[in-house]
Amino acid sequence: MSFEKHDIISIRDLSKNEILHILDTAKKIEDNPDSRLLENKMMASLFFEPSTRTRLSFESAMRRLGGEVIGFADPDATSLKKGETLWDTVKMAENYSDIIVIRNPVEGSARLAAEAVDVPVINAGDGANQHPTQTLLDLYTILKEKGTLENLNVGFLGDLNYGRTVHSLVVALSHFNTNMFFISPKALKIPDSYLDELKQKGIQYHEEEDLFKVSRELDVLYVTRIQKERFPDPLEYRKYVGVYIIDRKLLDHIKPELRILHPLPRVDEIHPELDDTEHAVYFDQAKNGIPVRQAILALILGRIK
Amino acid sequence: MKGKTFKISAIKNGTVIDHVSTDHIFKVMDILKLNESNDVVTMGTNLESKKMGKKGLIKIGGRYLTKQEADMIAIIATGANISIIKDYGVENKFRVEIPDIIENIVKCVNTNCVTNAYNVPTRFHVINRKTLKIRCHYCERMTDMSEIEMV
Repeated sequence: MSFEKHDIISIRDLSKNEILHILDTAKKIEDNPDSRLLENKMMASLFFEPSTRTRLSFESAMRRLGGEVIGFADPDATSLKKGETLWDTVKMAENYSDIIVIRNPVEGSARLAAEAVDVPVINAGDGANQHPTQTLLDLYTILKEKGTLENLNVGFLGDLNYGRTVHSLVVALSHFNTNMFFISPKALKIPDSYLDELKQKGIQYHEEEDLFKVSRELDVLYVTRIQKERFPDPLEYRKYVGVYIIDRKLLDHIKPELRILHPLPRVDEIHPELDDTEHAVYFDQAKNGIPVRQAILALILGRIK
Repeated sequence: MKGKTFKISAIKNGTVIDHVSTDHIFKVMDILKLNESNDVVTMGTNLESKKMGKKGLIKIGGRYLTKQEADMIAIIATGANISIIKDYGVENKFRVEIPDIIENIVKCVNTNCVTNAYNVPTRFHVINRKTLKIRCHYCERMTDMSEIEMV
């Protein structure tokens, strides 16, 4: 299997074996980091919209392996303000770098960027569409915590309609015979297209509005934010938001081995009183972004096979 | 002129597209860009058809549509037949089939898709031929036949 010069645009582009190879490489790098692995390699970090965590995580991943970083975090400060197109911007960046990491709020922009240039492109988020490195670090976290990705009971809680991290993780976990529980208000249920896909693949799933009805079955609970701006009526928002806040009450309704993940940032959907329990792994999850992104960079840049 | 029937004249060489629904005949002309063509094109609509009641028909003189080109019209004209005519005889006849990839025919319904933002040619992967569910190559949004809008 060779990842050299491959783009990482969508989790759909990766086979089960490719996903496992990335996670395996991340483990090796985490256990045995080599600060010179990416020496003489240059990453262009093109952030067309602000994203502190993803950008810093990529830049840190590159620098800690000896690589260098150029780019921008604020499109206002670039020629984009003068009307330069996405296409021209990535063509320019191609001349200065070995790999491009791109975040752009327009959906499909990363795929278009990858078609524009010969250097490999990593999608660091294109609007509501894809954020594959987030999905890979979610998987890495589950694998580290549970020791396997196979045959787990995974619950998804919150806004399952708009949450791109949920959609990508559902697609990725469908390789691993996961039993999925979608817990959300009806207004924010997971789109039918994803359920159709699961049916086709023979993956078991359940839809539920009440977390406590299914929480005892779960090995993993993936919590997402319910965003106020998704609701046209603020009263509707208030009606839902309280229902999907988890706190210590949850502890009476779960298996002792349950692990709680969250892509962060959270607002108030997980009470801080859960933070110091063994169930909370969301801060480790954010930290896992480093070895996972290092693995992806090292594989694509051909420094690890 | 009374009593005379005008038919679309036969072609010596070229392509006949038959059994197109009358609702879609002009769209088929668009998709094949026949308005920009230098070939002799004759078109009929509301022609009598035993099978369809009324039908549309297009004859393109001097041009042989490839299977791939013909399949591009399958999204809107599912039952259409294509005949390749050589020396007034039918050399090959086939039904159009929806291709695996639909290029630059259908618009993406997602207003935040890069194809709408930057005037990029669209591309869709056909996910389900029966229900005609297609997925945008760029933004990955699934679209149903009922939502489809032509470029």
